[in-house]
Amino acid sequence: MKAYLLYPDRDFDLGAELPVNADDLVQDLELDMLFGAMAGEDKFLFEAARVALLTGMANPADTIRYRQDALRDCIANPGAVRELYQAVLATITGRRSRDGLLYLGNYPSAILHRSVDLVEAQMEGLKTIRGLAEANRDRFRSRAFSTLFSMLMAELDGEYMQTVARHLAQLKFREGILVSAHLGPGNKGRDYVLRNAREEKTGWLEKLSRFLGPKEEEYTFHLHPRDEAGARALSELRDRGINLAANALAQSAEHILSFLTMMRAELAFYVGCLNLHDRLQGKGEPVAFPEPLPASERSHHFKGLYDVCLSLSMDKRVVGNDVDADGKVLTIVTGANSGGKSTFMRSFGLAQMMMQAGMFAPAMSFSANLCRAVYTHYKREEDNSMTSGKFDEELSRMSRLADLVTGSSLVLFNESFASTNDREGSEIARMIVDVLREKRIKMIFVTHLYAFAHAYVGVGDDIMFLRAEREEDGTRTFKLIEAEPLRTSYGQDLYKAVFREGVRETQSA
Amino acid sequence: MDQIRRPHEGVRSAQGRGAIGETKYPGTAASAAKRTEATRREELEAVKAPAERPAPSAFQSILFQNPEKYPAAETAGEPDCFGDLNLDQTMASLTSGRDEYELLGYFHTSLTDVDDIAYRHEIMRDLEGPALASRIRSFAESMAAMRKHLVQAQKLHYRLQQESWFLTAVDTYCGCVAELSEFLSQGGVKSRGMQAFAAFLVDYVASPRFQELRNKVRTLNDDLATVHYCVFLVGDGFRVHRYRDETDYSAEVEEAFAKFRQGNAKDYRSKLNDWIEMNHVEEKILEFVSQLWPEIFGRLAQFFQSEWGVFPDGKIVTFDRQVQFYLAYAEHMRRMEKVGLSFSYPVVSAKDKSVRAMDAFDIALAAKLAADGGRVVSNDFELSGKERILVVSGPNQGGKTTFSRTFGQMHCLASLGLPVPGRETRLFLFGTIFTHFEREEDITNLRGKLQDDLVRVHEILSRATPRSIVIMNEIFTSTTLQDATFLSEKVMDRIMKLDLICVWVTFIHELSRLGEKTVSMVSTVDPANPDKRTYKVVRKEASGRSYAMSIAEKYGLTEERLKERIGK
Repeated sequence: MKAYLLYPDRDFDLGAELPVNADDLVQDLELDMLFGAMAGEDKFLFEAARVALLTGMANPADTIRYRQDALRDCIANPGAVRELYQAVLATITGRRSRDGLLYLGNYPSAILHRSVDLVEAQMEGLKTIRGLAEANRDRFRSRAFSTLFSMLMAELDGEYMQTVARHLAQLKFREGILVSAHLGPGNKGRDYVLRNAREEKTGWLEKLSRFLGPKEEEYTFHLHPRDEAGARALSELRDRGINLAANALAQSAEHILSFLTMMRAELAFYVGCLNLHDRLQGKGEPVAFPEPLPASERSHHFKGLYDVCLSLSMDKRVVGNDVDADGKVLTIVTGANSGGKSTFMRSFGLAQMMMQAGMFAPAMSFSANLCRAVYTHYKREEDNSMTSGKFDEELSRMSRLADLVTGSSLVLFNESFASTNDREGSEIARMIVDVLREKRIKMIFVTHLYAFAHAYVGVGDDIMFLRAEREEDGTRTFKLIEAEPLRTSYGQDLYKAVFREGVRETQSA
Repeated sequence: MDQIRRPHEGVRSAQGRGAIGETKYPGTAASAAKRTEATRREELEAVKAPAERPAPSAFQSILFQNPEKYPAAETAGEPDCFGDLNLDQTMASLTSGRDEYELLGYFHTSLTDVDDIAYRHEIMRDLEGPALASRIRSFAESMAAMRKHLVQAQKLHYRLQQESWFLTAVDTYCGCVAELSEFLSQGGVKSRGMQAFAAFLVDYVASPRFQELRNKVRTLNDDLATVHYCVFLVGDGFRVHRYRDETDYSAEVEEAFAKFRQGNAKDYRSKLNDWIEMNHVEEKILEFVSQLWPEIFGRLAQFFQSEWGVFPDGKIVTFDRQVQFYLAYAEHMRRMEKVGLSFSYPVVSAKDKSVRAMDAFDIALAAKLAADGGRVVSNDFELSGKERILVVSGPNQGGKTTFSRTFGQMHCLASLGLPVPGRETRLFLFGTIFTHFEREEDITNLRGKLQDDLVRVHEILSRATPRSIVIMNEIFTSTTLQDATFLSEKVMDRIMKLDLICVWVTFIHELSRLGEKTVSMVSTVDPANPDKRTYKVVRKEASGRSYAMSIAEKYGLTEERLKERIGK
């Protein structure tokens, strides 16, 4: 039995290997804020969101659509999804089952006893979950949820529940235990197998019939009442038989638990999406299910794309951007400081990742080609522990990236190679970007390096220039326009804005 | 009780090494004649076509053509030079895990005759065939298991258990002996030693006595395997009867929950005590089982009484022990070959003092580095014509000491009849190797370091013969350059007069120009990066230095490099 809510054909692995640059992505795109919005205070929800987003880059388009459909169901029936999640959670963490398979002890009889108790509790929980499936099945249309609900109803029917109950009773072994064995090394018993003891005659009636019927050769032995060592030996032998049954049942309990845990993890992703949806809707931000384009293309176009993390951190709505960059390998973003360049790049990276995880995008509409990986090369605060200089450190990080990027990667450069003078930095940046462009690796490059940015003007159709806009009076709109780089970066403006009074004082002095 | 004492003797003879000298088999006289002929041949190319070899003689030992020539081999102590050459480390790792075979004595015994070396080379070459080596290895594993089973049988007190362990021991022995014989009888072994052993083994296995033993074991095992019984535990007792096709209940439980299966679950089986000995309940059950199958258990008892203490054969036991000498070394070589180093069979001469090797390396250091996947640096050397002395100078930490060790190690290993670390090797069968390596200052020694050096050098020179090899490592460092030069030249003069083969590591490069007998070797550094050690020692003077590197190049971010790297 599989829940298969995130992939049509496999489990969601919370322990999946994350991209090697996961920590960089979390830091540069401020992903913790997104995970936090999805999780509330719940650590488990946080983890599910984290893994689903960071492993999302590997998803093919049909997995993305599979999740989009499931998520549409969730948005239409939020109460049912949350109730199902709670029922699974209660079955895992209820009073009789919360210790799971911990503290089983070392004795087969104790393991057996605990396992019987646990499976009984799990069966009760599964009955409730099945009830929810039955009640809601008509209201869900996605393949993910309708398959899950039909499966729960078919597999956990009344007949099956009775079979389980019968075994749980028989596993108490009130009638004695039958084991078979072969001779092993040193003529010790080997290959012990627990056998069904139905045929063993134990009552007086059976004894009588045995006495009267055809004689079968067998030998019987009774311990002396004071033979304590013998009693211990006998109970050891009993343990050998129980050992296998205890193992079978404990493993079953583990399987049931992992089925439930899997269902919980997969539901957790959707519950997280619902939480985020609630918050964005609450402040009137638009969301849209994005349209993934083939990985072979180098295209994206969107309307009203906003930085979801920035929006979550303030009360007002944030400014969205419109871009139509179909066929563009390289986007060079220049323009005013604090004009929204970095915010724009982050909003794009986030939307790309959310799309590939099967989520809605923070935009009125969003479409982009699939990328197999997102890499960031952001300028970093100088690390004290490092012996090399800033530029050396930047290049060593670039070198690590060079070993990772492939043709279908997206690379986000934020003020890269600027820790040396404009000329040298431009030279290195050009050398690197030229090679990546030749390999058709999609890049967004936010930069102040004028010589670098300007060198690409008129070079090819695969390059787009965006500029942080400013009005004639110098105020920033935080909206980007498609325009070639200007020589200055409006540092004066920024200076004036920050040091307004200072400037005035200077003037009046 | 009588029955129980007898196997003890059997076990002792299995572990003892009495087989050498117990010449039950004819043919010793003939092989002695061949030996004298062999000793007369002073020089021998390591490889010879098998056709030229004498027909296999009666088998004596897989290590020696004539064991009597090396009476001390079993207990020989460590040669003095092993410590300086780090060969003590090599021997320790060669024999580790093989303590029960007591091989150290053999590794301490140099062969004195080139034909004795050839005898081992042939065997070693045979063992290079992976099929033979793996057969011998599994034979050894079985023999070790057999010894364990016998000890087990001896320790137990319950007869029905003893009988079973004894049967297992005999079964293991018969199986591995027959298997090895079968393999060796197919031919394919070319060495004198292996051919002789094969002939012996084939005879032994074909003997009626062995065949009968084997058949009995087989039948008993087959019959015991058919025993399948049930124990029904209820209340304070149990009932034993034959198995009557009762169904597997654990499987039924598993089946009921199969639909929840999610990959592999943990194993929840408790580790139940599994003593080899039985408690009285188990004994009682076994007794009932033996009553359910009285005929089989009757035959088992009879087998035990008649065969206890009659096997194994002494020669086979000794072979099992001695062949480990080759396997141990072959395993050790393989660890280094894995990282790309080569070994070769040296051409060994007791007369010709020209020696050479390509890509020779320190076997002790190589083993250490290879353990982490590293590869030691190898070096070439050659002494030809009148050349006798390698004078090694150059920067410190450049591999000079390692080089001098390599030279000594290779000669020691060659004298053991083993492949040596390096290619295209030609080595001298020495009488004694003398080493003088600088040691930690010994404060109980009042003579002072210089005097100590001189005393030791004097002792070496007075004991050395023209067949000796001398390795000097940084002596006379505790005096002035002038003194050191003077003393060194004096000592060098004596060495030349004795016509000794010598490696001399020194900071006095003038020593390399003392005459036609000396050859200069220099440790080197990487010209591009003087801080980096290359450990290369080459036959010439030191080379210059140069250094250049840019920061982009350092990170492989130039256009060409980047194109290569991306999307690889």
